[in-house]
This record gives sequence, C-alpha cells and structure tokens, in this order.
Amino acid sequence: MLFRIKRFDGEKEYWSEYEVEVRKGMTVLDALFYIRENLDGSLAFRVSCRMGVCGSCAMKINHKPRLACETQIADLKSDVIVIEPLDNYKVIKDLIVDFDGFFKKHAKVKPYLIRKVENYEKPVELIQTPKQLDSYYQFALCIKCGACYSVCPASATRKDYLGPAAFASAYRFIKDSRDEGKEERIPEVACDGGVWRCHFAAECSEVCPKNVDPAKAVQKLRWEAVKHSIRSLLRW
Amino acid sequence: MRVQHDIVIVGAGLAGLRAAIAAAEKNKNLSIAIISKTYPIRCHSVCAEGGTAAVLREDEGDSFDLHAWDTVKGSDFLADQDAVEFFVREIPREILLLDNWGCPWSRREDGKIAQRAFGGQSFNRTVFAKDRTGLHEVHTLYERSLMYPNIVRYDEYFLTNLIIEDNEIRGVTAIELKTGDLILFEAKAVILATGGAGRLYGFTTYSHQVTGDGMAIAYRCGIPLKDMEFFQFHPTGLVPSGILISEAARGEGGYLRNKFGERFMEKYAPERMELAPRDVVARAMWKEIIEGRGFESEHGAYIALDLTHLGEEKIEERLPLIREAAKKFVGIDPVEEPLPVRPVAHYTMGGIHTNMWTETPVKGLFAAGEVACVSIHGANRLGSNSTAECLVFGRVAGEKAAEYAMRKDLKHVSNEIYKEEEKRIYDEFLGKSGDESPYQIKKELNEVMDKCFWIFRTGEEMKEGIKKIRELKERYKNVEIVDKKRRFNTDLIYAFEVGFMLDLAEVVAVCAYARTESRGAHYRLDYPNRDDENWLKHSLAYYTPQGPKLEYIPVKITKWKPVERKY
Repeated sequence: MLFRIKRFDGEKEYWSEYEVEVRKGMTVLDALFYIRENLDGSLAFRVSCRMGVCGSCAMKINHKPRLACETQIADLKSDVIVIEPLDNYKVIKDLIVDFDGFFKKHAKVKPYLIRKVENYEKPVELIQTPKQLDSYYQFALCIKCGACYSVCPASATRKDYLGPAAFASAYRFIKDSRDEGKEERIPEVACDGGVWRCHFAAECSEVCPKNVDPAKAVQKLRWEAVKHSIRSLLRW
Repeated sequence: MRVQHDIVIVGAGLAGLRAAIAAAEKNKNLSIAIISKTYPIRCHSVCAEGGTAAVLREDEGDSFDLHAWDTVKGSDFLADQDAVEFFVREIPREILLLDNWGCPWSRREDGKIAQRAFGGQSFNRTVFAKDRTGLHEVHTLYERSLMYPNIVRYDEYFLTNLIIEDNEIRGVTAIELKTGDLILFEAKAVILATGGAGRLYGFTTYSHQVTGDGMAIAYRCGIPLKDMEFFQFHPTGLVPSGILISEAARGEGGYLRNKFGERFMEKYAPERMELAPRDVVARAMWKEIIEGRGFESEHGAYIALDLTHLGEEKIEERLPLIREAAKKFVGIDPVEEPLPVRPVAHYTMGGIHTNMWTETPVKGLFAAGEVACVSIHGANRLGSNSTAECLVFGRVAGEKAAEYAMRKDLKHVSNEIYKEEEKRIYDEFLGKSGDESPYQIKKELNEVMDKCFWIFRTGEEMKEGIKKIRELKERYKNVEIVDKKRRFNTDLIYAFEVGFMLDLAEVVAVCAYARTESRGAHYRLDYPNRDDENWLKHSLAYYTPQGPKLEYIPVKITKWKPVERKY
C-alpha cells in the first residue's frame, strides 16, 4: 500500500511516499510507526494512548480529519493513503501542528465548574441525578483532538473565532446542574469571536470521533445568549 | 535560555496536575510551573478506566480499616501500613473535591456518587465515571488548573536532567520540543510526576509515552528506586493490541472462561472468583493458557471475557468505552460475543523511593503518582487504588513542595552546568554516528522483558534476561539518531526514552533475580512460596556504572501481621 505523507521541516513543504505492507487489523498509526522505525526516522507525528482517548493523533487521512490510532486501513477502501496535518493550525513539523492557540481558546470560555461557595478543606457531596448527568454528558466526551477545528469554515476565516471544541465545553458546563457560573460564561461565548460567527456547516459534528456534536452546542448556546441578553435588558 | 519558578512540576497527569493545584491553593504567590512532554490531557492517566477507590459510605458498612486491610492484603504485606492508613483516610475528600470541580461521576438514582465492585476490594467502594474515570478526572483537574493564575504550563517540554548540588535540588533541564532549545528551569522545589515505566514490555496497556523518564533520570542522579521487581500484569488486555479492558467489566459481573467454557477462577479463588486481586487472576489465566485450556488464535492464546449475560443496557450505561474500543479495534461487540483477552503489563508498583510525605532522599525533590514508590501497593496494587494514589499523594507533594519553597531562597545554577548538558545532548548524542537503531533495540528489549520477566519467572531465565539487557545497553552506545535537526525531533526523544528504559529494565531484572521468593506480582517457579523470614523487606536499587547495587529496608507494619493470602 502506498502512503503519501505531507512533510514540513520548518522551511520547506514536500511530499514523501512510502510503500507499506498492510496486514489485517492494521491501523494508520501502525503504518506511521512502521515508516518511522524502518523507512524514515525523521517522520514526525504525535502519539500517546493508541486507543482513541488522548486525542494526540488527529490528522487528515484521505482528506478527512481522523484519529490515526482508531482508523483501520482496510476501512478506508483505498489504494493510496494520503496523510496531511490538520487544517487551520500552524504546522510545526510534518504532521505536528501548533495547539497552543486551540487550548487558549478553550480556556477562554471558563471551562470549569464555577461555584459561589467553595470549601477546599471540607468539600461536601453535591447531588446530581442520573438524568441531570445525561443532559450534559455527551459534551463532556470531547478529547480536544482538534478535528472539528480543522474543518470549521469560521475558524478558517477568523483568527479570533473560538471554535467548535471551546463551545462544546462551554455548553457542557452551562448544562451541568452543579454549575453556578452561567452568567460569567455566556458573555465569553457571545463575544465578537463567539457563537454568532458560526456558519452552521455542521462539519464539526460530522468529523468528531467521539460524537460530541459541537454544532448542537453552538445552537443551544445561541439560544442561551439570547435569553441572557433579554434578562440583562430587563434588569437594566 | 533559563527561567525561574518557585516550584517546577514535571508531568501533567493526575498526580502532577493535582500537585499544582495543591501548591496553588497553599499559596497564591508561589510561581508554579508544570512541564510535560505532552499537553496535559494527552497524558497516560486518561487511560484509567474502572475507577477510584474511596470509603464514602460508612453508614452502609464500609470503613477505613477495611479499605486499609484490603490494600495491605492485596499488597501481599509489602505495603507500608502507616502510609496505607493515611492514604485511605485522605481519598474521600479528593472524590468530593473532584465532584465540586465538575467531574461527571456516575450517580445512583438518589443523585449520590455511585460505587462499584472491584478486585480485592471487599466493599463496593470504587467511585467511577462510566468506564472513562481517568479521562474525566484528568480533564477536571486540567480545567480546574486554568483557574489559578500562578500555575504556568510548559507543554511539550522533554525532561533531560535534574540539577542537584549538595544533595539539594536546584532545578531541571528540558528540551522545548517545538524549537529544540534546551531550557534551564531553576527552582526551589521540584516534583516528579512522570508516571510509570510500562513500555519496557511489548504487550502492554500503556500509552507510547510511558517510558519511565523521571524514574530513570532520578536513578542516574543517585536516587534509589524501590521494589522495581514488582510489575503488575492486568488480567484483561485486548488481544492483539493490549488495549486495556477495564477490571470494571468483571466488577459489573463479567466472567472469564477457558476454551471449555469453564469459569476456571473457581479453582484458583473460590470466594472472590473473577474479582480476586490482579496478581491472582493473571496467574490463573496464564496457567490456563500454558496448560492448553486457552483459545488459539493467530495472535497467540487467549481467554474469553464474557459479558454477554450483562445485557446491552448495562454495558452501554456502565462500560461504553470498552464496548467502543472492542468494536473499533477487534470488530467484536461485547454485547453479542466474548472478548479475547490475555494478561498484559499494566502498572509499575516500584518507583522512586519516597517516604509517606513524598520526600525523596534529595532535599526539595518530591515524587508522586506512579513514578514514586511510597509504598502503598507493595507487591501488588489493587485496582482503583492508583488514581486514588495520584490524587492523595499529588496533593501531599504539592503542599510539601510549597512549604519547602516558602522557606528557601532560589540558588542559581552555573552556566557551566547548562553548557555541559547542551553538549551532552546535541554534540555527543544527536551529533554522533553509529550503526544501531533505537527502534530495533527497543523491540529486542520488549522481547526479553516479555519472555524473561513476565508472570512466571525462573532464576535461569532471568539470568539470561539480564545478560541480554546488558548486551542491549552496550549496543545502545552505538545508536544513531537519523533526524539531525532540532525542531520537534521525535527521533531524538525516542532514542532518549530507549536509554531510560534500558536502565530501568536492568533494575527490574536485577531486583527480580535477587528476590528468591514469590510475593504478589513477583512469582518464581523456582521459589513458589512467600518467605517472610528473609524477604519481608523493600529492595532499593542504587545506580553504579557497573549496574544496580541493592540494599534492603524493613516494611512498616502497624496493625496487620502477615498471614496466608487466600481469596
């Protein structure tokens, strides 16, 4: 099987081609390891858990962002496998892109539980029914692999657009029955680079390997933002 | 380049993140740095599945003494009992803190935190978030850490050395992967939280990143490693990849069957059956396989993990991750068919020698989590006590390091030390040529570990193994790094990691060969019994250029005298 891999060494972009003998059950990550260990030690890619949990190995495989570790080569039903780094990020080297901006955007939406009263030394058990848990749980499954951001047209055109993953996270906390920080969080997601910039291409939800559905989160957040504005007006 | 912080934490998994938060809570004026070779949420802690043990319901019959006793018995009496007693009392608060910080714990109908059964735990005390416990714990701590302005992160920095002068820590050096520059971090206190050493083995549940960096660097700096002969084999690694199938699968009622369909655990642990501790279950499975009662496959023999009687609803509610993994990686839905599993390298019981306050023999240097050996796990860790350990001792390390840093002044590191390290890395290592591939050496190392230091060990085989590891160490001196550029050089990092693993393998091997008894996970066919008279003691391995030098220290026993271990 032919692997065509887009390379970048800090100065120039080029393509490398490798022939890999594919066996049953082999994943794209297995093939990348094979190449690095046997054919070209300079090929750089990120890897950690190899079981779809850590989010390290998202890359474009045959033009679609996927986790290399859980992509079976046989499932691609193709004679050539084309591998490129994710779009909408600065490439550092080969398949490794710069995630600093992505994580900064995530941090911006206050992605943590906000409680009015905290007791670090003597915390108490909070009550949350299974139904309340279910109402946000799907959005807590985001592993920040960045696949959604790679296909997002709004992220492609605006540098300050916070992006699908950050919104999924914001919505996850707004929906958490233990959270008391909605009023602080909504202005962060309804800002200039916020939810109103979304084009509703919904490709983010399409490519998400964990079925988080960020597009749904954006829609729900817009409604929350509207409610928030009305509440503010009434108070004013 | 050099930077200064009061505290530098190396490693951004559960223990490292928890330590950072604890230090920040202790004093908001301390400058706290976390450096790690991955982004925090890419750490191996996210792979923890089944849960975290904690006594939450004394009113329903659980007790601290019971958790401590289970842990001590599980450890085959090698755990330090003062540390275990402290540990079990601390963990409930950690569970509640995570609840207050947003961890999506699974719940009972009444809205309280749910708990499930686990191996060797004699009460249903394992708190969980479906079977993605580690993932949610790490994300919760990472997100919480964003709230503290005095926590600064250095993501994707690779630790190369500790700087110690007059037996006092001065800082660390690390490569900034993005640029390839060597950075000198000067600090008053340093916490190592770099995780275990599981990639020593080929068939393993561990993430690729878990190469024992912190352990090996500490060892080379003269800090002893404790109880390294004790390596845990988890009963259920998915065949052929070794991906972890959580013990929760058995906690929720799953069966282990041999090729005759028999639940063979009734022969080995009639009371606890599939929920005996991991060493007992892994040995039983291995015995079934060796004696020809495993299933045959192109990827070797396996045992069937049967969940089909649990029903789709329960599997989807309690074990969604392993269902997803099984479907994606072997194309089997556990709702319909049993899963092919085999014991798999899973946890490093040993580690950097610390006391129960996470202090190492070097002043200002602390260690917490899997990199450390406190010890609370002794010769065999109970499932759901590792994430608990990271939380409890991560916190302790953060607080102790903060207290230490608050009473110390920063001492500067000379430029010579930085220059020497830079020369060692770039001129002597990256720059040299040779005819050995680090990938090939790693492959052979894995083979020897899987063969000679696996579940059943013999003196003869181990002796051969030590010889082979030493040959590999010799060959490693001749390694060549193909990629000569500094920018994000994963080839260079890999070569470093292989060097770390070779040193650690030698320690595991020499300690295992020396211990002429069977205890917990260390089982010798030539010495099949526990020998308390001679071996109720911890081993300490010190670095020498000729190989590890061993010493022994006594086990701390408070309440529980060693008795025969039956399940």
